Amino acid sequence: MPDRVVSFEQLVLPHLPAGYNLARWLLRNDHDAEDVMQEAVVRAFRFFDGFSGTNPRAWLLTVVRNSAYTFLQQNRARELGTEFDEELHTEAVSNGRTSDTPEVLLLRSAQQRFLNEAVEALPVEFREVFVLREMEGLSYKEIADLARIPIGTVMSRLSRARRQLQAAVARREQAGSTS
Amino acid sequence: MICHETRRLLDAYVDNEIDLRGSLEVEEHLAHCPGCSADEKSLRELQASARANLTRYSMPPELEARLRDLVRPGEPAASPPSVPARATPPVRRAWRWAALAPAAAAAALLIVAGPRLWPQPSEASVADAVVAAHVRSLLANHLTDVASSDQHTVKPWFQGKLDYSVSVTDWAAEGFPLVGGRLDYVENTPAASLVYKRAQHVVNLFVWPSKRGGDEPLQRLSRRGYNAYWWAKDGMHYWAVSDLNEAELQKFVELARRQR
Repeated sequence: MPDRVVSFEQLVLPHLPAGYNLARWLLRNDHDAEDVMQEAVVRAFRFFDGFSGTNPRAWLLTVVRNSAYTFLQQNRARELGTEFDEELHTEAVSNGRTSDTPEVLLLRSAQQRFLNEAVEALPVEFREVFVLREMEGLSYKEIADLARIPIGTVMSRLSRARRQLQAAVARREQAGSTS
Repeated sequence: MICHETRRLLDAYVDNEIDLRGSLEVEEHLAHCPGCSADEKSLRELQASARANLTRYSMPPELEARLRDLVRPGEPAASPPSVPARATPPVRRAWRWAALAPAAAAAALLIVAGPRLWPQPSEASVADAVVAAHVRSLLANHLTDVASSDQHTVKPWFQGKLDYSVSVTDWAAEGFPLVGGRLDYVENTPAASLVYKRAQHVVNLFVWPSKRGGDEPLQRLSRRGYNAYWWAKDGMHYWAVSDLNEAELQKFVELARRQR
């Protein structure tokens, strides 16, 4: 077996689950996440020779992230570069989505569902930073490198994402107490 | 420090992303400011809630198989259960051993770093090992350790040599006469090999206990001109390897699966 294949399998493939989770969060449906993962693995394997870093996980996440953005540009460009529109995104959060099947709804507790939907309602650039920080535990620097944005932008996006989510949680608690 | 400044730094503070001096200043302000301190509490709650509640989407196994196949076309995708074993980089784990006495640490490093040099057995490497064992059994005039068509001879022969029990059936009536048994090593584990014939062809059925436990569905691959089927049932791995064509080997596999 060529060494290149073996080292790719050992270094990069163990991080496929993290890659899939990121793709799924960025694209918000299974089908597109699968397409993007396929594209990402092809790209990663092609450019593997250029990988000299010490963090194969962050490297794979970067490739997945770039593939996801390429996909969004080609298929759902309106989701990109969305300015944070408080009203629009607030509404999306409070309405909730109804696309989940009853089984899925039953499986998740109300709290889980609520937070998932609130995060899904964030514009992709904010959702990305939040997911990388809270789910993958990446540092600001790692997120900055991955998304090719300055650290200051990581901080402001993360902060705005959190404020938005805090506001959603507060509204929900309020609604719960008055009804 | 004033509230405005504190709130600007609060995210970085809860994320441990500010320097010590900044951190101390924020702490001092929080101690005296109920508003900012409530804000901090709410941030930490959100963080805890996100970590506990956000769905970690798991990759469909078929997708993982497909992705692995992109890298190694034409070979069986390593099945997902091999991934957790690989997911922890052995080198990082080695650090935990560093506190041991130097000699022990050196030994531990050898052991722990081992899997990096010799990869964890994936389905692909097991396939290589099993097919190699099959080929060896044909070449070295060492097809059987116990030559017998009697299942009541072959089964007890294994009992003294393996710490698990192997069921042995002769399928002469179905066209696969038992010719004997042999001891092999696969995945560094002693494996029973039951040897059958079909006309001039030899079928090796390798059986050994699964480290992962549980069942795995029937899968097929061909390697170096040999066909192989494998599955796991009740915590045991089964690999049937032969130069028989796929359809005939499949007949054998059906017999073996029905009996076990």
